[in-house]
Formats: sequence, C-alpha cells, structure tokens
Amino acid sequence: MNTDGGKTAGDKRYKTAWQTTGLEYLSLIAVMAALVVVFGIIEPRFFSKATFLQVANDVPAVVIIAVGMTYVLIISGIDLSVGSVLGFSAALLGTILTRYHLPLLPAILCAILAGALCGLINGLVSVRWQLPSFIVTLGMLEIARGATHMVTQSRTVYIGGKIGAIASTHILGLSVPAILAILIVIIGQIVLSKTVFGRYMVAVGTNEEAVRLSGVDPRPVKIGVFTIIGLLSAVAAVIETSRLEASDPNAGNGLELQVIAAVVIGGTSLMGGKGSVVRSFFGVLIIAILGAGLIAIGVRDETKRLITGVVIVAAVILDYYRRRLGRKSAGFGKE
Amino acid sequence: MVESITPLPLLELRNITREYPGVMALHNVNFNVCAGELHALVGENGAGKSTLCRIIAGVTRPNSGDMLFHGKPYAPSSRSEARNHGVAMVMQELNLISNLTVAENIFMDRMPTRGTLISYRDMNAAAHTCLQTLGLNDINPDQKVWALGVGQQQMIEIASALSRHCDILILDEPTAALTQRETEHLFAQITELKKKSVGIIYVSHRMEEIKRIADRITVLRDGEWVATSPAADVDMDQIIHWMVGRQLPEPCVRKTEKGTVALRVVNLTVEQAVNRVSFELHHGEILGFAGLMGSGRTETMRAVFGADRSDAGEIYLYGSSTPEQIRSPRDAVRRGIALLTEDRKQQGLFLPMSIRSNITMTRLQSVSTARTFIRENIEAEVAHQWCENLSVRCRDEEQTVGELSGGNQQKVVIAKWIFRDCDILIFDEPTRGIDIGARYEIYQLLDNLVKKGKAIIVVSSDMQELMAISDRIAVMSDGCLTAEFRRGEWTQEAIMEAALKELINREH
Ligand SMILES: Nc1ncnc2c1ncn2[C@@H]1O[C@H](COP(=O)(O)OP(=O)(O)OP(=O)(O)O)[C@@H](O)[C@H]1O
Ligand SMILES: [Mg+2]
Repeated sequence: MNTDGGKTAGDKRYKTAWQTTGLEYLSLIAVMAALVVVFGIIEPRFFSKATFLQVANDVPAVVIIAVGMTYVLIISGIDLSVGSVLGFSAALLGTILTRYHLPLLPAILCAILAGALCGLINGLVSVRWQLPSFIVTLGMLEIARGATHMVTQSRTVYIGGKIGAIASTHILGLSVPAILAILIVIIGQIVLSKTVFGRYMVAVGTNEEAVRLSGVDPRPVKIGVFTIIGLLSAVAAVIETSRLEASDPNAGNGLELQVIAAVVIGGTSLMGGKGSVVRSFFGVLIIAILGAGLIAIGVRDETKRLITGVVIVAAVILDYYRRRLGRKSAGFGKE
Repeated sequence: MVESITPLPLLELRNITREYPGVMALHNVNFNVCAGELHALVGENGAGKSTLCRIIAGVTRPNSGDMLFHGKPYAPSSRSEARNHGVAMVMQELNLISNLTVAENIFMDRMPTRGTLISYRDMNAAAHTCLQTLGLNDINPDQKVWALGVGQQQMIEIASALSRHCDILILDEPTAALTQRETEHLFAQITELKKKSVGIIYVSHRMEEIKRIADRITVLRDGEWVATSPAADVDMDQIIHWMVGRQLPEPCVRKTEKGTVALRVVNLTVEQAVNRVSFELHHGEILGFAGLMGSGRTETMRAVFGADRSDAGEIYLYGSSTPEQIRSPRDAVRRGIALLTEDRKQQGLFLPMSIRSNITMTRLQSVSTARTFIRENIEAEVAHQWCENLSVRCRDEEQTVGELSGGNQQKVVIAKWIFRDCDILIFDEPTRGIDIGARYEIYQLLDNLVKKGKAIIVVSSDMQELMAISDRIAVMSDGCLTAEFRRGEWTQEAIMEAALKELINREH
C-alpha cells in the first residue's frame, strides 16, 4: 500500500504488522475450521447446500451491523438499539412502498435516513447530557420498536417481488447483500485503521479526557459513530426486507446481543480502545456456522442456546490466551 | 564490589536480571539496603531504577537472581505479599482511584470496621492523623481524590505508604511533583523512619536532594550496575559522570529580545482556585510560574486553555483589543495555545497506543492526505525524529507508551505539544521525572523555541529550574498573583516570601 519511501522505521513496521495480523486472524479461522470439522463428523449432511444457504443468508445483515458495533465498542460505548432500528427502518420501507407507492430507490433512501436519524439521536443525547450509551440506546430500543408497531399496526407488511430483486440478484456467484457486506467490511477496516476519524475513535475509547486536552473535540467522533451504526442497521434492514419480501414488525428482535457476541468473539474489547472490523466479520461467521451446524445436527432450540452460550464464553477465553501469546512474542509485558 | 558493609544488610539483591522484549531493563544487578539507611538509586531515564523498585515490592518478577530479606530468601509474587513482609512502596506513577475519597484511598486494603461495616469515623480520623504528619492540613480526608492536583495526590500516596509499618520503604521519585515545603515535610518523616531503623530506597533526579539525604548512592546505567558509594565520599560531578558517562554542558544564559505581547490575561477568576489573576506574556520570552502546591497555577493555566470554565476575566491574544472566547481546548489550540498538562497518565497520554500515535495526535491532519488518510510512513518519520531529538529510550516508535519508563513518557508528552507548533506554549511541570541530562536538552529546546519567537509559560515546582530558564518569574499564592520578578531581580528568599504571602495574610 504505502510504497513511497518507507525508509528505516517503515519496513520493519509493516513486517511486524503482517506477522501480528496473521496471528490475529489465525485463531479465529482455527475456531471456524474446528466447528466445521466437528459438525461434519457428527452429521455428514452438514456439508449441504441448505447449510451453506443458511449461513449465506443470515450473515450479510449481521456483518453490516457488526461493523458499526465494532466502532461503538471501540469508543467504549454500546448500542442496544440496533435490532429495533432495523425493525423500524424495515417497517418504514415496507409501508412507504405499499401505502405510498414510492419508487424503490427513494423508499430505500428514506429508510436509511430514518436509521441514521435514530443513531444520530442516540449520539446527540448521550453526548449532550453525558449519559452512558447503554441507557440511551436501551431507551431507543423501546422507542424504535414501539414506532415499528405503530407504523405497521403490528402486522407484517407484504411487499412482493420488486424488492426481492436485491437479494436474489447474483454477481459472479455472490448475492448483492454478500457483496455489500464484504465492501462494508473492507471500507470499515480502512476507515478504522487508516483514517484520522478511525484514529480518533481509538483515542476516544482509550482516554477521552486526553483527546479533549489534545485540542480535539471528542463529541463529533462519538455522534458520528452512533450515526454510522444507525445507518448500517438500516442498510441491514433493506437486505432483510428484500430477502423476505416483507417487513416483519418483529424483525431484528434480540439481534443486538447476537451482534455484540460476534464482535466480542472477534476480540474487540468492551472496555474500548481496541478492536478490528475484519475480526468482527470472523466472529459473525463463527456464530452463523454454529447456528447452522446445530440445526443441521438437529438439536432442540434450548440445547442450541445453551451450546451457543458456552461457545461465546469459550471463544473469549481463547482470545485471552491468544493475546497472552501475542504479548510474549510481540512484546507487551504488563504483569 | 560493594565496599565496607559494616552493618548486615537488611535486604540484599544478587544478580538480578529482568528482560523485556528488546530491552535488558536490569542485567546482573547487585544491590543492598541496611536498616536505618537511605540508599539513593540514580540513573538516566530508562536506566532500570523503577524496575528494580518494582521487583523489590513484588510488582514485577525478575527473570533471574535472588533476594535475601533479613537473611532469608525473599521472592514476593505480589505487592500484597511484599507488604506482609514489611515492604512498602510509593510508585512513580499515581495510582489513586479518583472517585474514592482520600481516606478510602489511604486505607484501601485495610479499612477499619466495626462489626462488618466500614467505620468511616475511625477511618477519617486515622487518615487525618496520617495527613497531619505530612503537614497536609488543608486536605480533607472525606474529599474525593479527582479534585486534587498531582502534587497533592503524590502526598497522599506518600501518606498511605508511611501509615504502614514497614522495614523497607521504597520511594520512586516521590518529590518530582512536590514543592520545597512538601519536600521538607517528607524529609522530616524520613529522618524519623531512619531512627526507627527502617531501610529506605530513594529514587530521584534532583541531585541537591540526593546530596542532602542519601547515606549511600548506587548508580545504574542501561540496566547495568555502575557504582555504589557512600554519599560522603563522592561529589555530584562524579555521580553525574557515572550516570551519563560524560560531562554536562553549562547551561547558557540566553540574550532575550522580548517581542510583542502574545497573551494578556486580565482578572482571571476561577471560583475557589484563582482570584483576579492578571499577567502578560511576550513573544520570545519564558515566563516562569512559582508557588506552593495548590496555589492555583495549574487552575489558571487550565482556565486560559479552556479546559476548565473561568468565572470572570478576559484573555487577549496577539495584541488584539477584543477579548477571546476560549470555551474548550479546541478553541485554544486553534488560536495557537498549547497546554502540557501536569498529569501525563490521565490527561496527556494514550498509554496503550504507540509512541507514533501519541505524538501526532495533536495534528493528525498534517500527516494525512486530504486531511483524512493517515500516511503512516510520514507519521513514523515524524515520531522517529522526535524520539531522536528528545532521546526517548524505546524499542522503536511503534512501542506502546505505557511500556516506557516515566521520564521517557514525559518526553513523549513534550514531543506531542511541540509537534503541534503553537505560538503560545504553556508547560505545566514539563520536566517531571526527566533526568538531568535530558533536562538540559529540553531547556535547549525551549531556548530554541523562544528564539523563534514563541511565547512560553513554565509552571514548575522546582525553583532551581525556574530560576535557570525564566526571563521573568510570576509567583502565585493561594490563588492570587503576589509578585513578579525580572531576571536578576529575584532571589530564592524573595520568591518564597511571595509564595507564602497570602497564607500568612489569611492566618492573621
Ligand atoms: N512493561 C514494560 N514493557 C516493556 N519494557 C519495559 C516495561 N517496563 C519497563 N520497560 C523498559 O525497561 C527499561 C527500564 O525502565 P524503568 O522504568 O525501570 O526506568 P527508570 O530508571 O525508572 O526511568 P525513569 O527515570 O524514566 O523513571 C526502559 O527501557 C523501559 O522501556
Ligand atoms: Mg522510573
């Protein structure tokens, strides 16, 4: 990437960055591989088109929100409202299309703006009154869900085929949502690790007071991050609506915990200041493979939840050991 | 190696080695302390002093080597285990919990109880006595710690360590943020402890202190033992030579061409801290601020910088006659004012982030394309340059700042603000924890900045430092500006008198 004159210090750095990056992703890929092998042994039919479709369908929406959630956790916030914001944007989209018969593109734009607005409100409120984002977004979780039911009168809105085209179009064998998700992950990682905004995010999550005293206003950074996650939740809403060709007022129920779990499995810290978008992507994949695998081997729903819980905790413990290992070789050294 | 051990050492370290990735923090170091002696540990930033102290206090474990305490093997695995053996330590960095009270912090691990409940009455009374012995009458045990300055927090750490019964007391740069008055109180306590045959390990970069109170001196350099000698047998030049391996240049006296007014502060008032303070700062000069702990110097600077709200007063910049509205540090920096805060850990640094990110944080746009995409190689070059200029001892500029020694962390904070290239630079305790060699380099740097026409304020608890580098010295006492001296007009006594003025007035 940076080829121009990376002299003395430069070369050494890129090399170590590569090495640590390799180590970083390796543990997650290993967990994924282990899951696939275990499910494959228990149930050979796990390697079927059905499983693959299940994963491919479930994943894009969650990945897109996980990118935003990574940002939020990095600035040491949390967003509990993503599921509801998704539901609300989907409901708006469905209603606009069926009741007001707007063309597809303006309708999608409206839905996305609505999601971004919800996020903006989260950000503004928590920054203006210095409230923990936990509380503010908990409020938004209820508000947006309530609004969803108001808009849809608690009924599923059937839209029909025209919106389905988004999810069913394939380019080079990949569905549009999958392509979108991959693009967002790539852009998300670049913004995080290569831009001023990304650096400010990490700094705000590390020591907000020091950011302020460095002459940088941390507030726009925080508001920006909450707006981004609202916007991404709405993008996910469009994908979900397109896949189902309908807006379900309960869409996205409980999604927030699933996303947070995936991001944390990816090694992003709840304490802020550290995280990676690409690792969150792997986190989502792990949870999706686990879900699909458990269905394939036919376990009951309660068992599925139990096992999922165990895997989440186990993955985080594994990450602890990975970090210790990384520290020994790359050189941290806090006792 | 160690000459004339008349009394049997209380604590003995043999061949202690501690390695961190890429650095040998300590290499085969021998060290001992006797009962009732003060053994000073000196050396440059990153020489391994704090590491040695942390090993004795059980915070860090050595890779190899053994320790004998009272003649028995001693290998503490935690700080509390060391405490139980009778080893107390004041760490170099502040470790108080800011939303607990002073008393809670002092008695953190041994809160007095009645039945199962904490007895706040007992605890506050005990804390009060404990603070009294250090002359801290104006600190309320019930007060939350976050409102206190760095010097006061340091005193609380010391009070906490002194309140334990210990055989060994380790003081890692206890006076770096203290003014003369607090230092005297501390020294009085040290004399008491020595009489009770406590062995004291004392780290400091202030040579005049070492000369005054040390019984023996050990010098470390680059993690290696260089020399141990009774304090009476060596002079300071010898010690400095052992420390830095060369002679230090005489500080040169700058010929000042005072420029136009850069900053004019009129009747600045911050409730309960700063009372109608007015002063002028010119381009091309260093204005020193002297005063006792809690005299309102830090509060004044924070108010000028917009970090805290001021209640009254105006600030005029660059000779303009309309007052500036500075509501946040961002406003201040945009107008060319920088403030290096006294508390590097909480307010200055991003400890888990790299040296590179820390230095460029104040002006990231300037190392970015289109003010958006950071050019990491340029950033690395900038950081590399600063690490060289200030001789920051580090593996490379990618090392996280939290891994650096205290003095080297301070150099990173200085680099961060000079890189921002502001016209008015306010430095609050800039050389806190910096060794004498590097201190001269920083004075040189300040000189160069002044020659370029920058206006600089230095707040310092070290009177010698202020007298060495300032063109003028303003003295604050209890929130008021009580005197201003020009170079050549001041004496230490006159400054001290001005610093005490309001306190004496208040007592009458
Ligand atoms: N946790 C750590 N990880 C990596 N390196 C470390 C760590 N702690 C200390 N070091 C390194 O060990 C060396 C000695 O550090 P130490 O803190 O003992 O220095 P010091 O003599 O106390 O310096 P100062 O006067 O600046 O306080 C330094 O080079 C430092 O970078
Ligand atoms: Mg130290």
